[in-house]
Amino acid sequence: MYRVTLPVTGTAEAWRDRARALISAGVAPENIVWHHGQPEADLFGAGEPLPQGAGAVTVPKAFLSLANLVLWHRDPERFARVYAMLWALQRDRGLLSDRGDPRVARLNAMAKEVGRDRHKMTAFLRFREVGDPDATRRRFAAWFEPDNFIVEPTAPFFAKRFGDMDWSIFTPDLTVHFDGKLRFAPGKAKPPLPQDATEELWRTYFRSIFNPARVKVKAMQAEMPRKYWKNMPEAALIPEMLASAGTRARDMAAAAPTMAPARAAKVLRRVHADQALRFESQDRFRVELQGCRRCPLWENATQPVAGEGPLDARLMFVGEQPGDQEDLTGRPFVGPAGQLFDRVLADVGIDRTTVYVTNAVKHFKFAPRGKRRLHRSPDRGEIQHCKWWLDLERGRVNPGLIVAMGGTALESLTGTRDGILRRRGGIEQTPDGMKVLVTVHPSYILRLPDRTRQAEETARFRADLDQARRSVG
Amino acid sequence: MKRQTLEQKLAILSDAAKYDASCASSGGTKRDSRDGRGLGSVTGSGICHAYAPDGRCISLLKILMTNFCIYDCAYCINRVSSNVERARFTPEEVVTLTLEFYRRNYIEGLFLSSGIIRTPDDTMADMVRIARTLRQEHRFRGYIHLKTIPDADPKLIEEAGLYADRLSINVELPTDRAVKAYAPEKNPDQIRRSMADVRVLKEAQKEKSFTGRRPPRFAPAGQSTQMIVGADGASDATILQSSTRLYSSYRLKRVYYSAFSPIPDASKVLPLVKPPLMREHRLYQADWLMRFYGFDVGEITGDRPDGNLDLGIDPKLAWALANRHRFPVEVNRADREMLLRVPGFGTRTVERILQTRRHRDLRYADLLRMGANLKNARPFMSLLDWSPRRLADAADLRARFAPAPVQMSLF
Repeated sequence: MYRVTLPVTGTAEAWRDRARALISAGVAPENIVWHHGQPEADLFGAGEPLPQGAGAVTVPKAFLSLANLVLWHRDPERFARVYAMLWALQRDRGLLSDRGDPRVARLNAMAKEVGRDRHKMTAFLRFREVGDPDATRRRFAAWFEPDNFIVEPTAPFFAKRFGDMDWSIFTPDLTVHFDGKLRFAPGKAKPPLPQDATEELWRTYFRSIFNPARVKVKAMQAEMPRKYWKNMPEAALIPEMLASAGTRARDMAAAAPTMAPARAAKVLRRVHADQALRFESQDRFRVELQGCRRCPLWENATQPVAGEGPLDARLMFVGEQPGDQEDLTGRPFVGPAGQLFDRVLADVGIDRTTVYVTNAVKHFKFAPRGKRRLHRSPDRGEIQHCKWWLDLERGRVNPGLIVAMGGTALESLTGTRDGILRRRGGIEQTPDGMKVLVTVHPSYILRLPDRTRQAEETARFRADLDQARRSVG
Repeated sequence: MKRQTLEQKLAILSDAAKYDASCASSGGTKRDSRDGRGLGSVTGSGICHAYAPDGRCISLLKILMTNFCIYDCAYCINRVSSNVERARFTPEEVVTLTLEFYRRNYIEGLFLSSGIIRTPDDTMADMVRIARTLRQEHRFRGYIHLKTIPDADPKLIEEAGLYADRLSINVELPTDRAVKAYAPEKNPDQIRRSMADVRVLKEAQKEKSFTGRRPPRFAPAGQSTQMIVGADGASDATILQSSTRLYSSYRLKRVYYSAFSPIPDASKVLPLVKPPLMREHRLYQADWLMRFYGFDVGEITGDRPDGNLDLGIDPKLAWALANRHRFPVEVNRADREMLLRVPGFGTRTVERILQTRRHRDLRYADLLRMGANLKNARPFMSLLDWSPRRLADAADLRARFAPAPVQMSLF
């Protein structure tokens, strides 16, 4: 029989040292008695001397993190349980991933209790100022009563959070002092802590943030069990807050609407005048487009994307519809297809700021999928409705040549997209007689899976754009 | 006006802030003050430091900078036409309250919002100044959430994102029509554009510039929004479609649903009803199903004649009852996607089932130890030693889960 006594601080580390030696010496769990702090009355004598040295013992990573929680549990059997798991793992390395195993379930439940206890300590511990508020390092202290031996493993949280102040946490098991370094001392009874005026402000906040029209006592208590209340300055207010909630809610409902204060009408007149002024200073075309409800596509989109470029441009480019990036920024051809478009424009020597770039459809059509938006092609009706805007843009710019990029643009401009690949490179006419050069949409090139095909298609696209440049001179 | 004390201002301006549901303090960049030259830390997962009797957590000091406001939103206690008592913090007061509360471990940080005073730009500039003072003068490393003002200059939003962990803009109501009716000074297009701006700014930060340097972190905990439920006539289907769109378009971390709650000095255009808390709860459940369980909005609300969720049972159970032909699910064979659809199996339970299945077949007692809610799951699953037999076909299955009808309360 081996007797192991673990210290009150550094418990987990000490357990690991002893356990490593014992397991590598092949000592079975039933031959070890574990003690925490003072060994209990000696019933079985001193026990054998512990085996020395440590062979290499490997354990799964998950075991270490599990042990690191369970070892701080108050259950007197915790050290033996964790050792028994260590022992079992030597024979079955995968045991921890069997979430139905009763031993694993038990340890996980204990780990969860410790984890929750630690979390609640970080949440519900309240400091009071105990030193001079004007000192360079101010001094605070708190009293807390955790369920398990969690003070030591939780202390670093407070050291990291309150690094620029000195503080002490008193608990029945252990005391922690921090002055830039953590120090531990034995636990003690609750010390008297001086009043702290900020506590009154906090209570005011707690009282005021509560909405008496929605009382959910169970939800509160599930997360903030009563056992913590006695050390929280705000908790004493709860009974009174609950008692008056019903009356307060009924009074709100019963109160008759009041007359608006006199200044309200004046303020609103000014706000509305300002808003009207801002509205009127905007470009009419954009304002009208912003309010477009000709088809339902506006409902899902962020904004319509109008064309961009000088109104006296000789060349006009028409794409399909804004994509994800265009919808967000409100500018045409800024996403991946836009970048390819820009590159090819630069290749053939066209300055984008001198041409007008727009789309056949002004709102982004997509299907939401989790955190993504999947592009959907606009249908015939949507293209028809939006043609109204494209026609307006054509009228405003009156370009020498329009480049139709892709089927949607082609359909909108000429009435049909049939045989686009045969028609590409050719110059056609809109029904009202504007010249249209047919080419593909840059995103068609991006979608090609094959690199060589991509290069070929980019070259043809470049040739089409070059033809456009030459034909407007 | 009589001079108000700090305590009086705090009472007014926290009362004015309580209708904002968001209180999350998670997702910030990890940092701490171990170096002794600052205050605060962010661990990544938030901490709720207290709970109010309304069941809401208190994680951040949630206050308005001022409740003076030039807008007239019918649902809001701070609208210009309300007779609520007004107050205004100085930036220094907000900074002091945040730091002093933080030092006593009352809070994770600050959630600052504001009524709109003078102009949106002025208001936003003051809020940014508070965040900057906290970060730069006081080296505050706790959490900051700023509610941005949609009409403010994008430059101010950009600066706000440098100091704040999270930014948010409230869409307020589920449809544009409702916003126009109840918040006439707000512009739903502008609200969407602001959310788009935040997403673009946040994504720009991920791309290295040509010098290889990264731009500074921008709102590491992302953005969120809130909509009020029950003030307008929108159905749950409309609300959930709206959140689906918001999640996919602007990569929101959260959409908060806030049951429309009576306010003191209410506007006469909105009915004063008991806040629909159960509806709010069901919406959150549905939201979770869409984000973590692979459901889409059509599946959740498609079977509901009025587009509203069943208040008596949770939406996952409702879906299972409406799709009995897909059950029982064979726990030892089914794929993750189908396991996630079993009522009573959470994402963690499913993870554990999959993990353990690699070793052996599962039995009923295993599920019990894994934390599954078997009362809900039983009729919808089968495994080695359990079969629902006729239970899955029982006509009264819904009645077994729905609460017994109760007599209406007088109030």
